[in-house]
Amino acid sequence: MNQPKKKSELDLGAIPFKSSKEYKTGDWGVAHPKIDHSKCTKCTLCHFFCPEGAIKVREDGYTEVDYNYCKGCGICASECPVKCIEMIMKK
Amino acid sequence: MGLNGDEAVAYAIKQVNPDVVAAYPITPQTIIVEKFSEYVANGLVDSEFVAVESEHSALSACVGASASGARAYTATAANGLALMWEILYIASGMRQPIVMSVVNRALSGPLNIHNDHSDSMGARDSGWIQIYCENSQEVYDSHIIAWRIAEDLNVQLPIMVCFDGFTISHTMENVYTLNDDIIKAFIGKRTFPKVSGHLGETELRLNPSCPITMGAMDLQDYYFEHKVQQHEALQMALKVITSTENEFSKYSGRNYGLVQGYKMEDAEVALIGIGSAMGTSKYVVNQLRTQGIKAGLIKIRTYRPFPKEALIEAIGDCSTIGIIEKTLSFGTTGGPLYQDIKSALYDYNKKPTIVGFVHGLGGRDTSPENLIQTYQKLIKIKDKNERISTLQYIGLRE
Repeated sequence: MNQPKKKSELDLGAIPFKSSKEYKTGDWGVAHPKIDHSKCTKCTLCHFFCPEGAIKVREDGYTEVDYNYCKGCGICASECPVKCIEMIMKK
Repeated sequence: MGLNGDEAVAYAIKQVNPDVVAAYPITPQTIIVEKFSEYVANGLVDSEFVAVESEHSALSACVGASASGARAYTATAANGLALMWEILYIASGMRQPIVMSVVNRALSGPLNIHNDHSDSMGARDSGWIQIYCENSQEVYDSHIIAWRIAEDLNVQLPIMVCFDGFTISHTMENVYTLNDDIIKAFIGKRTFPKVSGHLGETELRLNPSCPITMGAMDLQDYYFEHKVQQHEALQMALKVITSTENEFSKYSGRNYGLVQGYKMEDAEVALIGIGSAMGTSKYVVNQLRTQGIKAGLIKIRTYRPFPKEALIEAIGDCSTIGIIEKTLSFGTTGGPLYQDIKSALYDYNKKPTIVGFVHGLGGRDTSPENLIQTYQKLIKIKDKNERISTLQYIGLRE
C-alpha cells in the first residue's frame, strides 16, 4: 500500500478517493458470487438486481462479476431463477 | 430605503441573484423567504426557488446545489436551525460556501419565538463562519460580503449571517443600498479550488465530464487531516473577512471590522457583547460619558472564527469587563462568549477582571436602565478590586 498522504498534500474538500471508480470496495465482503455459465439462461436478472453495478453483461450474453466493486451482498445469488450463482466464502 | 431586517436580506439576495434558494419559512425569518418568493414570481431573479418540506431538506438541497457549482442560499431560525444540525457539519465538511441567514430566536421548550442567541450559539462548533449584526444596515452589507468570504479559495466554508429576531428582523430602519451593477461586479462569478479527479485536475464541483466523489467515507485514514484543514481554513477567514470588508467599504463607505471598539481609548469599564443590544449599549455609553464615567463597549461582529488578536487589541488597558450575552450555557461557568473571551485572555499579560452577564433570554427587553445598572456594577467591582466568578443576570426577577 502507498504511504498515506500528509495534511498538506491532501486536496481540499475531503475527497480522498477522487471518484468512486478508484475506490475499490471489492475487499469489503466475506463471500463472493461465482456464476456457473453451464446452467445460466442469460436472463441478466443478476445484472439488474446488483445494487453496486458490479455485474456486467458480456457480448456473448453471459454475465460477469467485477470483483473490484462487488461487496458480496448475495442479492444476485438470491434472485437467480435457476440458482446458478453460488456465494463462496473468502479465505 | 426603509427596510426591516428581513426585507434588507431579501433585497440583498435579490441583487446577488443566487442560482438556488431552498428554504422553509419559520418565524421570525418568514419575511425573507416570503419576499424572495415574490421576487421569483415577478421574474426579478433567475434563482431556482425550492419550496422544501423541512429545514433538514432545505440545507440538504443547498449542499447538493452548491456541490454542483451553484450559488446556494437559505435562511432559518431557532428550531429550524436545530433541524438542520446534521447537515450543518456536512456542509462545512464538504467545504460548500453556502450563505445562510439565521434570524436569532430562542429554542423551545418552552415555546418562545422571540430573540436570544441560543440557536446559532449552539452551532458555534459546526465549522461555519458566524457574523452577528447590530442593525439592518449591517444585515444588508453582510449578506453581500458573505458570498465573497465563503467562496474565497483559501476559505471555502459556509457562512451564517446572524441577526436578532424581531428586534432587527421586524423593525423598519433606513438602509442604504447599492446599485445592482456594483453588487454584481463585487460578487463576480463563483470560483472553485482545483482538486485531482481520476481523469486529472478538475474543479471542486460535480461535473460528469470529470467526476469526483464528494462526501464519501473517510475513516481513520484521512478524516483527522480533513478536519484540521477545516480548522485552518476557518482561521484563514479572519484575514479574508478583513480584506473583503476593506474592499466593500470602497463602494459603501462602511467598514465594521472583526470587533468594533466604541470609546475604548480611555475606557475603565467596558461591556463586550454581540447583536442588536450593542446599539442600546452605545446609547448608554454616551449617557455615562456625559456623567464623566469612562465607559466603553466592544462589539464582536465576527464570532467564528474567533477574533482573538483583534479583541485583545480592542480591550487595551481596560481593567474591568462585563460580557453580556443572550445565551445560557447550562451547567458550566458562563455563556459561550464569556468562555471564549476568558480563555482567549488567559495567556494575556494584562488580565482584566471579567464578569459574565446573561440577559434577554426569550426576548426579554434589555433597557438602557438595565445596562446602566450593569455598568455601575462593573464600577463597583473595579473600585473594590473584586474578582467575581459567578454568573450574573440582567433583568431577571430574583
